[in-house]
Order: sequence, then structure tokens, then C-alpha cells
Amino acid sequence: MCADAHAGESETDEPQVILRATAVRKSFGSRVAVSDVGLELRRGEALAIIGPNGAGKTTLLEILAGAQRADSGTVERPKSGVGWVPQRLSLYTRLTVLENLRLFAQLEKVPAPADAVRRMLALTGLEERAGDPVSTLSGGNRQRVNVAIGLLSDPAVLLLDEPSAALDPRQRARFWSVVDRVLAARRAVIFTTHDVAEAARHATRLLVLADGEQLFAGPAADLVAQSGTAPGADLETSVVSFLQASGH
Amino acid sequence: MFRLMGKDLRILSRSRLLVLTLILYPALVALLIGLALSRPPEQPKIAIVNNIPRDVPVTTLAGSTIDPAAVGDALAKNLDAVPVATRAEAAKLVKNGDVLAAVILPDDINDRLSATINLFGGTPPEIEVLVNGSDPVKARYVKSVVDARIADANLAISTKLTKVVASYLTKLLKGGAFTFGPIHIDVLGLQESRKRINEAVRRLPEGSAQRKRLQAVAEFAGLAVDNLDGSANGIVSAVSQPLVAKTTSVDGHNTPLATFAVATAAIISLMLVALMLGAALLALERTEHTYARLVRGLVRPEELVGSKLLLAGGLGAVVSFALLGIVSLFVPLDWGSAQSWLLALLLGGAAFAALGIALAVLARDVETATLLAFALALPLAFLALVPQNAVSAGLYDVIRVISACFPFKPALEGLQRGLEGDKLAGPALHLLGLTAVYAVAARLGLRRLRT
Repeated sequence: MCADAHAGESETDEPQVILRATAVRKSFGSRVAVSDVGLELRRGEALAIIGPNGAGKTTLLEILAGAQRADSGTVERPKSGVGWVPQRLSLYTRLTVLENLRLFAQLEKVPAPADAVRRMLALTGLEERAGDPVSTLSGGNRQRVNVAIGLLSDPAVLLLDEPSAALDPRQRARFWSVVDRVLAARRAVIFTTHDVAEAARHATRLLVLADGEQLFAGPAADLVAQSGTAPGADLETSVVSFLQASGH
Repeated sequence: MFRLMGKDLRILSRSRLLVLTLILYPALVALLIGLALSRPPEQPKIAIVNNIPRDVPVTTLAGSTIDPAAVGDALAKNLDAVPVATRAEAAKLVKNGDVLAAVILPDDINDRLSATINLFGGTPPEIEVLVNGSDPVKARYVKSVVDARIADANLAISTKLTKVVASYLTKLLKGGAFTFGPIHIDVLGLQESRKRINEAVRRLPEGSAQRKRLQAVAEFAGLAVDNLDGSANGIVSAVSQPLVAKTTSVDGHNTPLATFAVATAAIISLMLVALMLGAALLALERTEHTYARLVRGLVRPEELVGSKLLLAGGLGAVVSFALLGIVSLFVPLDWGSAQSWLLALLLGGAAFAALGIALAVLARDVETATLLAFALALPLAFLALVPQNAVSAGLYDVIRVISACFPFKPALEGLQRGLEGDKLAGPALHLLGLTAVYAVAARLGLRRLRT
């Protein structure tokens, strides 16, 4: 059985948990995509979900976003909702940046849609491209629009599914500067990635999945320590070693 | 729902080709139909090889003349006749497609016609028709045209013969001279015969056997006179054209061909626009990967289906209504029942759009969905237009069942009724039922768009 609920929010020194998943499980036919995964997220935190292909990262993120229902387990989300940026660009390429933002702001029933749209254009640095059709934008700018749509309702948590996969290094740097601004606004971010170095750079904690199983949750330093690699080994080497040691 | 419709409308308006198609398509189709229905068909072009000698003597019968050369003129009536000298030349014109067919009138037509009319025996005159067999549809049309013209010529001859026969009967009744070629016969006539027999009977003794026998002859003559007098012409005229057709529609609808053609064109337009837009608009949500984002609490799946259905069906109805408006410049349509047309188009549009949406769920991406919609549309329209008795009864029953499962036939029937100002209840319920079934099927399969 799966239950969705609201996690408590308060403005104390010790940031409270704003998103909590407990024993989440999801299968597609006989294939188990996510098996008994649990996590907690606090304001200002950035959690990176890493793991090999088919590990269940996207499924877990979709369950946290409410785009998929878990077979069992619970997900507690903040009252202000969860912003979701799917792996593939989810916007209308024939509409302009402004039209996309305005449409989703109206569908999200954001209290002041025009203000929210202006805020997102400023946050993503797309004011000058507001009138351009999305189809004319570069991959990096499209991804920024994708993120802006996820942030329109001013959610406490932003879920990003492999957000930088199709971006070149310069676009990636611009993109992460947007995410950093989101984190600076006391929001929390969960992102999936194959790029372990990126995870180490932008995440405060890691969650390692393989074949739907949660193998590790904690700071990157702990993972390096548990991996049994030689001192001074980089995180990528440690993750590979850790997965091998775990039988994956 | 209206925000989604507005968004889809904006996306559609960004494609200039699509907008142009939506505007030009009904205008062009309407123009073609209007011109086709408002202009009479051109006379078929037929080559005629007239081998009948112009100086041939006319056949005279009881003072009435039948000119064999005039048979050629009768055949050429209502045709664009191309006079040709020889059969070989005519065959070449037919083969090259310069004429639809060629008619060859034989040079012995006078002899054969005289022999037939004067009951001397022999075969009737034979007219040869050359057609191009490479196009069976055209050959069939040509045969019907030539048969009709030959029937006209036969009717003209038989009308003259009827008069001749009627004059024979009058002479049999009243007496006169008969001429069969060189032979002349004077007949007394039944009236005079009866008169003379009655006089002879009166001169014979009462009760004599001879008087009794002659009285029987007088009675027969009287019977013949009474029945032939005054009715001979009527009887013979009835024999010359014994059958007269009177057409009555038994199901209460007697749709003029022009109305049927206009309704068919409008429904085909409706089908293409509503079906393909319905399929494309929903499949677009998967192609743009927006489906999952929308149904994650922003929009209910029913709203998504409803918005596509309303927009695709509505646009289809608007396009077809515009088509009817343009057609009405050429073909008289009753604008007093325009509300009924619009209602029929809206209901038909909704059913076609719902079918398109169901196809989008099945096909999932825009290209496959629109291709599937197009591939399905034309055979469905074709099946719905198959007339009864054109195929075997069993096959027609199967076609009826298939047609009933799709919106073309009820939409066509609805619009025909709308154009004639009749009630739409039956087709309307049928279309509403189909819309509901397709929409529910689409809603149930909507999860397929998630991946």
C-alpha cells in the first residue's frame, strides 16, 4: 500500500525534514524497479541519486514527484509541493518560452502567474529569449526552461532527473548556477546523475541504487570509506568498487 | 480545459501550412463540388460513321414515312457527334481516346428496316458500337450512353409504327386502301361489312338456318366494331410504351443527388480534419513528453481527452460548415435549417475526434497516429458509401455492422437530414454513443502515453 502525505515544515535552526519516503516499492510486471527505498530530505540539502542504468533512479524520482504511484510504502511531501523536472524536456517546442511558462503557471494555479513567470525568467537568465519559440533555443537553454517550469509553483523541493546529461560544460556550469540559487533560497534538491564527479560537486549527500535496491545513503566521504579503495581514490573509483563489492 | 484548448489552438496556428490547409481545403473542395453540381455534364463525344446513302428512298407505310437516314440524326441527338468517314478512322479515334466511342450505321439499314416494318422477315438493322475496353468504367458509361441513344432511336421508329398500326386498325374498321410496297389492297371495313350483313340477314326468311348462321357473323362484326371504334389508337399506343416508371421512396427520405453529394463532401472534410487533429493533438503530448507533467495533478486525464475532443471536433465542424457556406453559392441549400447542419457537424466532429484520440492512444506518436487515422478514414468512407444490392446480402450485412461502429455513416445521415430540415434524433444518438465509447476507450488506454 502506498500513502502520500505532507511532511512538516518549520523555520528552526535545525532544518526539518521536508520530504520523506519510507519503504517505497514499485514493480513493472515481474521486474522490481524500486525495492524498499527510504530517504529524508531537509531544506538546503542536495541529494544525488546515483547508480548504473536500470537502477531505478528515474522511477524513484517519479514516485517522489507523484508522477507514478508506488506499489507500497509512503511518501510525505511538503505542503508547497514538489517541483519536477523530467529527464526529457517536457515543454511545447512550438510555443515561446514565455507562453510555456505562462501556461504551466496557470495550470499550476500559481497565485500571481505573471510575477512567477517574471521571477523564473530572471532566475534562469532567459528574459531576452522570452519571446523565442523553444524550438529555436539551444539544449542548455531548453533545459533551463524545463527547470523554470518545475520551479513555477515555488516548491520547497525540486526533483531533477539527469538534468545535465545533454549539456556541454559551459551550459552545465550555467545550469548548476541556477540550481545553486535554488538551494540558496532554502529549497532542497534531489537529482539523479551518471556523473559521479558532478554528484560529488553539487550534492551534500548521495543515495546509491542498483537493481532497485538502496545500497548506500550518506555523505560522499562515507561512501569512499566504505568502498575499501586506497586512500586518495576519487569518488568514481570508489563507487565502482563499492558496487562490485555489493555484487552489482 | 479551455487553457489546454487555447494552447493547442496556438500551437496549430504556428504551423502556417496547417492554417493554410484548414482555410484553403474547404474553399477548394466546395468550389469543385459547387462547379460540378451547378454545371450540366458535357455531351459525350461520339464518332459516327454514317454509311446510309443520303439518296436512299424513304420507307413508306400507310402514308407514313420513315427515313432511315434520320436514324443517324436521332442517334446524334444529345451527343457531341464527330462525323467520321470510315470504320478504321473511327476505331483509331476511340483507341487514342479522342472520342468516347464510335457508332457505325450500316449501308443496308433501309432494306432491313423496310423488311422488318413490312413483316417480310430477316434480321433487324444492326448498329455497331466501338468502345475502348482498356478502361472498364469508361466502357460501361459509354455503353449506357449509346444504349440510351439507340433506345431513343428505337422509340422514334416505334412511335411512327404505332401510328401506322393505328391507321391499319382504322382502315380495318372504316375501310380503305392498304399499300405493302407495290401491292395495293382495298378493304371494305368492319362497319360497312356489318351494315351489309345486317341487310342480307333482313332479306332471309325468319328462322331459316342460313339467317341464323349469318346473324352470328353480324354479331361478331358488331362486337369488333364496338371494341375497335375509338379505342384502337389508345390500345396501340399503350403497346408501344407499356411500362411507365413512378419512383416512390419507401423510407421517407428522397434525398436529391446534389444534397447527397454536398453532404458526402462535407462529411469527408469533417472526417479528415477532426479525426487527424484528434489523433495529432493527443499524440503531441507524448511526443513533447508533456503528458506525464500534465497529469501529475495539473490536469485530470478526462479534461485532457475532453479538450482534444472539443477542439478537433469543433474545428472539423467549422471547416465543414464553411465548406457548406461556399457550396451554397452554387447549389441552393436551405439556410433556414443551418442550425441543424451545424448540430449534425458538431456531433459528427465529436465522434470523429474521439476516434482520432483513441487512435492516438493506440499509436502513441504523432506520425503513426495521423498515418493510422488517414489509413482508416478512406476505407471507412468507402464502406459506408457501398449501396445496398451492390454486393451480396451477407457481405452487405457485414459492411453495415462495420459502418455502424464508425462515425462516417451516421454523420452522413445526420447531415443529410440536417440539409433537408429533418429531425436528427437517430443519427445524433448513434454519434453520441460512438463518441462516448471512443472517449472511454481513450481514457482507459491513456496510461500508454506515459512512456
